[in-house]
Amino acid sequence: MSNRAISNEDLIQIREVKKEYSSLVAVDGVSFSIPRGSCFGLLGPNGAGKTTLIEIIEDIIPATSGEILYKGRPRSADFREEIGIMFQQTALLAFLSVKETLTTFASLYHHPADVNQLIAQCHLEDIKDQMNDCISGGQRQRLLLALALVNKPELLFLDEPSTGLDPQARQNLWKIVESIKAQNKTIILTTHYMEEAQNLCNQIAIMDQGRIIAMGSPTKLIKTFCKGVTITLPDSENITNLEALSTLVQMGNGNLEFRTNNVTETLSKLINAKVDLSEISVRSPNLEDVFLTLTGKRLRD
Amino acid sequence: MINAKRLWAIFKARNHEFFRDREAFGWNFLFPFLIVVGFSVIFGGDHQTEFKVGVFPLSPLQAESYVSSLPDELEKLRYVRFIWFDNFDQGLERLLHHKIDLLLQIGSTPYQYWMSDSSPNGYIAEKIVIAGLTAKLAAKRAHKQQIYGRNIRYLDWLFPGILGMNMMFSALYGVGFVVVRYRKNGVLKRFKATPLTAFEYLTAQMLSRIFLLMFTLVIVWIGCDLFFHFHVKGSYLDLLAVFLLGGMSLTALGLVLAARGTSEEFTNGVLNFITWPMMFLSEVWFSIEGAPKWVKTIAELFPLTHMLRAVRSIMNDGAGLMDLGIEMTALFAMTLIFLSIGAAMFSWNK
Repeated sequence: MSNRAISNEDLIQIREVKKEYSSLVAVDGVSFSIPRGSCFGLLGPNGAGKTTLIEIIEDIIPATSGEILYKGRPRSADFREEIGIMFQQTALLAFLSVKETLTTFASLYHHPADVNQLIAQCHLEDIKDQMNDCISGGQRQRLLLALALVNKPELLFLDEPSTGLDPQARQNLWKIVESIKAQNKTIILTTHYMEEAQNLCNQIAIMDQGRIIAMGSPTKLIKTFCKGVTITLPDSENITNLEALSTLVQMGNGNLEFRTNNVTETLSKLINAKVDLSEISVRSPNLEDVFLTLTGKRLRD
Repeated sequence: MINAKRLWAIFKARNHEFFRDREAFGWNFLFPFLIVVGFSVIFGGDHQTEFKVGVFPLSPLQAESYVSSLPDELEKLRYVRFIWFDNFDQGLERLLHHKIDLLLQIGSTPYQYWMSDSSPNGYIAEKIVIAGLTAKLAAKRAHKQQIYGRNIRYLDWLFPGILGMNMMFSALYGVGFVVVRYRKNGVLKRFKATPLTAFEYLTAQMLSRIFLLMFTLVIVWIGCDLFFHFHVKGSYLDLLAVFLLGGMSLTALGLVLAARGTSEEFTNGVLNFITWPMMFLSEVWFSIEGAPKWVKTIAELFPLTHMLRAVRSIMNDGAGLMDLGIEMTALFAMTLIFLSIGAAMFSWNK
C-alpha cells in the first residue's frame, strides 16, 4: 500500500515487492516511498518480514517480483557506493583492530569518510586499537554503525540496531543516530522496539505477516488508531459492565487495560462501581497500542 | 574491471589474519618441519628396523649376549630385527597377533620357521631370511653391480611430498573452509553490501593464499635445509615456478569448495574426501608405481600429483621447465578450470 503519491523528493520507491520462499510468502506486494532526509521506520514483530524487505531494498537478496527505484531509476552498480548498511547479525573480520577494520572497509569505496572522524563520531576513540573480538556488545554495535557510515552514505539502513543492547548502550546508539539524522541523511530503520521507532522516525510503516498494515508519522498513527487514553488497573471482581465503561484492550498479568475518550466519566463510573483505584495508571497511547489495535499482538511477541 | 585498491585492502586484511593468528601461523611452519625430522629419525640412520623375526629357544646361557648365538648369515642381515623368545609357545603367541613377522627356531639345521600366510610383512621377512641363509648359493647365480652417482635419500624423495602436502592443506582449508565460515557468520554478506565484486574478492583471497604458501614454503625449505642439506640438481627458479603454479591450482581448487555452502561440517567432510585420496595417490608418502591403471588415472586428476612429479624431477633428476611440459600444462589447465568453476558458482550468501 502507498499512502501518498510518489514525488521527485523521494529517494527510494518500492513498488509491489514480493518475496516467496516455496510455500512461505515473506513479503507480500509491498509499496511505499521514502523522501530524502527522512528517517523511515519499519516496525513489526519478529518474523513480520522486515529484514527480508530491507535486504531486498539493500539489493542483498532478490525479490520474487516488484520494482525498486533509487533516485527515480533502477538501482545501478553505483547504488552500493551510496548506501550504508548496519546488518542485524554479522561477524567482523578476525585479528583486525577497530581502526584497521574501518580502514579496510573505507578502502572499498571511491569516496570514503575520514576514518578518524568516524571514530570520533561513533565514540570509538578508546577502543580503536583493540581487536574486534575484544570489544563489548555496545562497542560492537557502534563499530557496525561506523562501518555503515564509512562511505558517507546518502541512504543508511539500520536493521534492528539496538537489539541485545542494555538501556544505556541503546541510549548512546540513539544519540549517534540522532546526530546522523541531523546531517539530513535518509535512514531506513527496522526495529521491534516501539520507543526506538517513536524517538527516531518521521515516518513509520507497521508490518505484519509480510504486509504493511499502516503507515504514517508516529503522531498520525496514534491519533488515527488509538484515540483517548489507556487506563490500567488490577483485575478485580468489582469491575462490572466493563464493555459499558470503555473498550477493553488487554487482559493479563493480573491487570486490565481500558481505552477511553472520556477519562473523567470513566473514572467516576469506576468509583461508583467501588473499584479500588489505588494502583490505577493512566497513560497516552503509543505505537505499541497502535500495533496491538491493528494486529491483536504485542510487538515483541 | 578490477579495482586495485579494493583488491589490496582484502589481500592485506587476509594476510593480517594469517600472521596474527599465532597458533595457526606457528603450526604452518612447525608441522612440515616436524614431519621431516620424524622421518629423518625413522629412515635416516643405520638402526632402521622394518621386519621383526622371533627366534627361539633362548637358553639361560644366551640370556646376556644372545645376538652372538645367531648364525653368521642372519646376523649380517639389514632391515631385520631379531627378538628372542624362551620357547615356541611364547613366539607363536606373538606371531598370531602380528607382533612379529616370522618365527624361527635355531639349533640344528635345517632351521624350522613359522609365518602367517596372510601377512605381507611375513612374506617379505621370509624372503629376506631365506636369502640370508642361502647367500653363498645365490652369489653364484647373480652378481651385484655398483650404482654410480649421487645416492638419493628417502628424505630427498619425501621432502617435496611433505611440502606439497602442507601446501594442499593450507590452500584447501585456508580458502575453502575459511570462506564458508565467512559466509556462515555474515562476513561475506557485509562485503556484498560494498562495491567489492565477487571477482575482486576471490582474486584477493587467491593472491593472499599464494603469497602465504610461497612465504611458508621458503621458510620451511630454508629451515629444513639447514639441518638436512637437500640436494637440488636442477634450478631453484624452476622449482619456485612449479611450486607457484602448483599453489595456484590448489588454491583455485579451494575456491571451488568455497563457492557455495554455509555448513562448516559439510565442507570439512568434502575437504577430507578430497585431501585424503590426493595425499595418498599423489605420492606424498610412497610411490604408486605398480598400482592398477585406474588408480593411476585418478591420481592424474589431482594437481598435487603433477606438482610433486615436476618438483622431484627438478630436484633429483635436474629437469628444467622445458622437460616438464605435461606437468606444467596440466597444472595451468587445472588452475583455469577450477577458477572458472569457482567464480561461476560463487555466492555471497548461500
